Amino acid sequence: MAALEEEFTLSSVVLGAGPDGLLGVEHSDKTDQFLVTDSGRTVILYKLSDQKTLGSWSVKQGQIITCPAVCNFQTGEYIVVHDNKVLRIWNSEDVNLDKVFKATLSAEVCRIHSIQGTEPLVLFKEGAVRGLEALLAEPQQKIETVISDEEVIKWTKLFIVFRHPVLIFITEKHGNYFAYVQTFHSRVLSKYTLLLGHEEKTLIQSFTASVDRKFISLMSLSSDGSVYETLIPIRPTDPEKNQRVVRSLLLKAVVSGNARNAVALTVLDQDHVAVLGSPLPASKESLSIWNIKFQTLQTSKELPQGTSGQLWYYGENLFMLHGKFLTVIPYKCEVSSLAGALGKLKHSQDPGTHVEPHFVNWEASQGCGLGCQNSEQSRRLLRRRKIEVNLQPEVPPSKQLLLTIKKDSEKHIEVELRKFLAMTQTPDFHAITGDIVTGLLERCKAEEPSFYPRNCLIQLIQTHVLSYSLCPGLMEVALQKTDVHLLQLCLQQFPDIPESVTCTCLKLFLSIGDDCLQETDVNMESVFDYSGTVQDEKMEEQTKILQNGFNPKEDNCSNCDQELKEKPQDTTKETTSCPVIPKRAALLNAILHSAYSETFLLPHLKDIPAQHITLFLQYLYFLYLKCSENATMTLPGIRPPTLNQIMDWICLLLDANFTVVVMIPEAKRLLINLYKFVKSQISVYSELNKIEVSFRELQKLNQEKNNRGLYSIEVLELF
Amino acid sequence: MAAAERGAARPTGDNRTSRRRRRRREHCLRTSGLEPGALPGQSMRARAHVWPGRREAGAARGMGEFKVHRVRFFNYVPSGIRCVAYNNQSNRLAVSRTDGTVEIYNLSANYFQEKFFPGHESRATEALCWAAGQRLFSAGLNGEIIEYDLQALNIKYAVDAFGGPIWSMTTNPSGSQLLVGCEDGSVKLFQITPDKIQFERNFDRQKRSTIHKMIVDRQYMGVSKRKCIVWAVAFLSDGTVISADSAGKVQFWDSATGTLVKSHLITNADVQSIAVADQEDSFVVGTAEGTVFHFQLVPVTSNSNEKQWVRTKPFQHHTHDVRAVAHSPTALISGGTDTHLVIRPLMEKVEVKNYDAALRKITFPHRRLISCSKKRQLLLFQFAHHLELWRLGSTVATGKNGDTLPLSKNADHLLHLKTKGPENIICSSISPCGSWIAYSTASRFFLCRLNYEHDNISLKRVSKMPAFLRSALQILFSEDSTKLFVASNQGSLHVMQLVEGSFKHLHAFQPLSGTVEAMCLLAVSPDGNWLAASGTSAGVHVYNVKQLKLHCTVPAYNFPVTALAIAPSTNNLVIAHSDQQVFEYSIPDKQYTEWSRAVQKQGFHHLWLQRDTPITHISFHPKRPMHILLHDAYMFCIIDKSLPLPSDKTLLYNPLPPMNESDVVRRRTAHAFKISKIYKPLLFLDLLDERTLVAVERPLDDIIAQLPPPIKKKKFGT
Repeated sequence: MAALEEEFTLSSVVLGAGPDGLLGVEHSDKTDQFLVTDSGRTVILYKLSDQKTLGSWSVKQGQIITCPAVCNFQTGEYIVVHDNKVLRIWNSEDVNLDKVFKATLSAEVCRIHSIQGTEPLVLFKEGAVRGLEALLAEPQQKIETVISDEEVIKWTKLFIVFRHPVLIFITEKHGNYFAYVQTFHSRVLSKYTLLLGHEEKTLIQSFTASVDRKFISLMSLSSDGSVYETLIPIRPTDPEKNQRVVRSLLLKAVVSGNARNAVALTVLDQDHVAVLGSPLPASKESLSIWNIKFQTLQTSKELPQGTSGQLWYYGENLFMLHGKFLTVIPYKCEVSSLAGALGKLKHSQDPGTHVEPHFVNWEASQGCGLGCQNSEQSRRLLRRRKIEVNLQPEVPPSKQLLLTIKKDSEKHIEVELRKFLAMTQTPDFHAITGDIVTGLLERCKAEEPSFYPRNCLIQLIQTHVLSYSLCPGLMEVALQKTDVHLLQLCLQQFPDIPESVTCTCLKLFLSIGDDCLQETDVNMESVFDYSGTVQDEKMEEQTKILQNGFNPKEDNCSNCDQELKEKPQDTTKETTSCPVIPKRAALLNAILHSAYSETFLLPHLKDIPAQHITLFLQYLYFLYLKCSENATMTLPGIRPPTLNQIMDWICLLLDANFTVVVMIPEAKRLLINLYKFVKSQISVYSELNKIEVSFRELQKLNQEKNNRGLYSIEVLELF
Repeated sequence: MAAAERGAARPTGDNRTSRRRRRRREHCLRTSGLEPGALPGQSMRARAHVWPGRREAGAARGMGEFKVHRVRFFNYVPSGIRCVAYNNQSNRLAVSRTDGTVEIYNLSANYFQEKFFPGHESRATEALCWAAGQRLFSAGLNGEIIEYDLQALNIKYAVDAFGGPIWSMTTNPSGSQLLVGCEDGSVKLFQITPDKIQFERNFDRQKRSTIHKMIVDRQYMGVSKRKCIVWAVAFLSDGTVISADSAGKVQFWDSATGTLVKSHLITNADVQSIAVADQEDSFVVGTAEGTVFHFQLVPVTSNSNEKQWVRTKPFQHHTHDVRAVAHSPTALISGGTDTHLVIRPLMEKVEVKNYDAALRKITFPHRRLISCSKKRQLLLFQFAHHLELWRLGSTVATGKNGDTLPLSKNADHLLHLKTKGPENIICSSISPCGSWIAYSTASRFFLCRLNYEHDNISLKRVSKMPAFLRSALQILFSEDSTKLFVASNQGSLHVMQLVEGSFKHLHAFQPLSGTVEAMCLLAVSPDGNWLAASGTSAGVHVYNVKQLKLHCTVPAYNFPVTALAIAPSTNNLVIAHSDQQVFEYSIPDKQYTEWSRAVQKQGFHHLWLQRDTPITHISFHPKRPMHILLHDAYMFCIIDKSLPLPSDKTLLYNPLPPMNESDVVRRRTAHAFKISKIYKPLLFLDLLDERTLVAVERPLDDIIAQLPPPIKKKKFGT
């Protein structure tokens, strides 16, 4: 699966980028080093892994670099052209470009191409090509004209095919495009006319090409926003004739057609291309990776500060000018399955469009007619149906309520809602309820912060028919308002909360101040009575202390230090002190009860600050100790967290944050306790496994005993 | 006696003592009459000793006290289920077991097992399917395709596919063609003609020319050295291929491109079977861990047309491999090595949430495998390939309710009779006198004479059975053991006279013209005058044995008959149907009795109708003509016709003894149905004499102990 990694900016210095952006980014002879030529006077050598500048060279004031600097891979020297005709060659020891080797050529240079395995090639503006050695041997040699008048070279690229260089360059004349393919070992230049097909009027904005054994696959991004592909043979059948090649549509509308900003296209590998541009007319520019095989968007990254419409790709890095800075985005493409590619497509298809709540009613009939099994049953059915029909209300009042929500006051809505909820529940009750919540939330967002119908939302949640997918915005709003009670209700009622949201709730529950919590109204039934009847007094005392300026950080620290010094005999005291206030405990219990999938939860748990992790772990450990106080291993109260939930969460937290937790001194005591516990647990389980075997033997013996009881005469009295 | 007493007003103290005296006298007489060896005085003393006075008063009003021979040595183990096939038109389910037995369940008739085809050692069934016109085919490892005659209950024909063992078989959607997959890699197509199947063409094994090769990758966790085997595939009409494999995955493939669309890892064990609903909106898979998973095609969003397959419900009703699954419009059906057939109705497809929506687990056959000789206290157990004859033990002790009495003589295994040949036994019977044993396989009928000399038993086979007696579906001896009634699968009923060591064919009742339906159930009146016979669907026929002619036919009823019996003296025919209705029909009067009409008028108690196993045996108390004794697998019931019928408001099953209740309350709540659930699973229950019952139980644990061990799941430290 193709993925873009975290971007980084290469230069802290603002490049002297003109309106045209950079002249070019070229690979140096050392991997990881790149030559960046700006459109003014400077060439900079960067080391990518260190993100630092290794060297910088400038031409004299008045001179201007006209062709991006390249590296001669055979000698390790750098080559640049300034003022169209002046060639400069230097190496990294040189400081001043004025003092390095200089050669003045007889014609204007378009580009110098240098790639591994061949000598640099100089392409002149008139279309002629020379090897660097041959050129330097006779700098003033005559350069022939290959392309016609008014024909301008738009784009050019050098390939190595069968160890021989092949140069392709595209020219434009009056809106017509021509491709020239120059092979060097056979010295053949072939010219092709690019036929644009139906879209005659379109302008080609960017080119890229890849090569295989027989064809150069030339891809072009047109002004209509689509990517086209043209296959140009490397070995022409008839080099003398002017041949035509047709282009075919590869990807449709990857960027907005009438974008003002420049766009760029780069082929990444066989199946992937990178496109720089705005996907929608109004939207910001972004870099997107497309899979051309499956025509799917693999990933994209927004570049809000705008780009110069230039894109280079070397190694595994994409280079672009983001705002004023040269930005590098590493790109990775792992082997992907079709299923994976298709999966991403579904999401990429509907950004911006209104996302329907993903809701599945398992209980609703799938629209299949029920075959009545026998006549008697059907008669019974009929009778019941009649009764049901009589009970059903005639007009659905949900529409009216939705209208009310749009404009009426909070009070009024509440009254109407109560009326609505009092009515009989129709089969699509859950869908209507979802609509109502969505309506309320829309108004919430529109009239922030004055409108927040808390009571209505609580009532709706308590209908027990809502789910996260039915009203995805609800918990978001509650998180914004730090409405912990509403969040607690959601966690208790919704069966399908995403792990990221659960984790956000957890963060909030751990970080919210105690004074804030005291004001809120939280359902406390799950923390009913941890202290037990005997220790009631102690608990009260404890909470009093905790309420008065409780600081989890300090408190934990001192507690732990104290405990570390204390002898292990004092475990009873340890068990009784709940590390959090009851209200926070109630909220955390709601988290413990929520459903999750480990794989999705783990990455989010890593984001929780260390002190909160410790606090939560301490609370979980406290719960565990409470659990182990009685034989059934349960906690008192209504719907308390189960032992399994507690253990799972301890494991999860430790898995996610072990490296962090292990470094915190406050957590040391806790970790030691947990370690001891796990050790004892392992020994217990191994004992249990042994016992299981013994039990099985006993069972066998028992069965043998039963065999003796295969026959008996008993007395039975029927009353 | 009991009725008269019940009619009396609440007894005063004097009354009670006088009655106690009378009861004792009666008891003494009865015991002395039946057990000549036992001293009457002894018995009375013992009883007087253990009975507290208060109990005695309550017991006098009850159904009485019985000595129960509680038999658990019937070592019956059902065969594992290999295939299930559901027929939507007739709402019938065909089930094949590992011993080759094929059973037909009528899902409309309360899941009654209405037909069965006996197994055969060489006929391991690997595939079962229904074709057009509700024709049933099976194919197996002997390489034959077999069609079953569902009317005559025999095998219509067997055709060799000439491809070696057959592993799979299916019909085309219209049910007119049959495809079999053979061991040699070929797939053969047969055309189904009205009376046979016709070979049409052969599809050879594809070598390297497969259009798409779908590679199922092995599971990376656990043991992955084994090859991944695709156990089952399903092809949907939209081109989706669903595969279930040994790596525990259910995968969806696009058949047009050969690509994997979606994969569900559902278990660590094998996924062995798959069945898709007719609508193709849901399917079910069964795993080797005994779990059944339901997959449904559900819309991605609430109102979009785009749908995707989602695993919705797991069910764990099995302990062993689920070898076969089926999908009816309203239920998931599964069966496997643990021998249970489980029918799990889909709640969302069942509109009325009543008892029909409950889970059904069928373990035991809905027919009797046990017969009993009352005179000699013998039990004959029928197994697939042998018969066992046991003699019940005895005791001289007495006790109070719930006591286990010390045995003076234990039960004896008298005889182990092995059949020759590969065929399973269809039915068997022992004569009431204990001197005859008759049994039948699909091709041979056996009759044996038993001689008892002190402790020695000798068995002599009666040879030279007539040619028309090749196979029997049901065998019955008359009460005096002088006549033998045989229901053959041709639809005819044979009456034979048994004389010392040989027999004489008396008569054959031919089926009514135009019907070939086989008779499955027989009942004879104790006086030997009447014979009742019932088939699988038509009504019950009553024949006059003396005059050898059809006497009458009981009006047909919608549901199949599960048990039949004729009451002594009154000659009332009691019929139990699979919908749990019980009728009483007076044979002499050729009409339903008053009591039966009254029952139909009021209706049975709703809990009675909700029982999920059929009544398999009916018998009568020799001295109490008002009592009918009947049982299913989980209860037995004595119906006292003299008592009022229970209404839906009264408690049907009240096992508690009337310790602290006043007589008034008891009398008000007393009703005709006395139910006991002490013995379960109950395979047979009968009255040996008026004070003795025999109950044959088969505890499920004993069956499980004989099954191969299930996949072990670690209990601790996982």
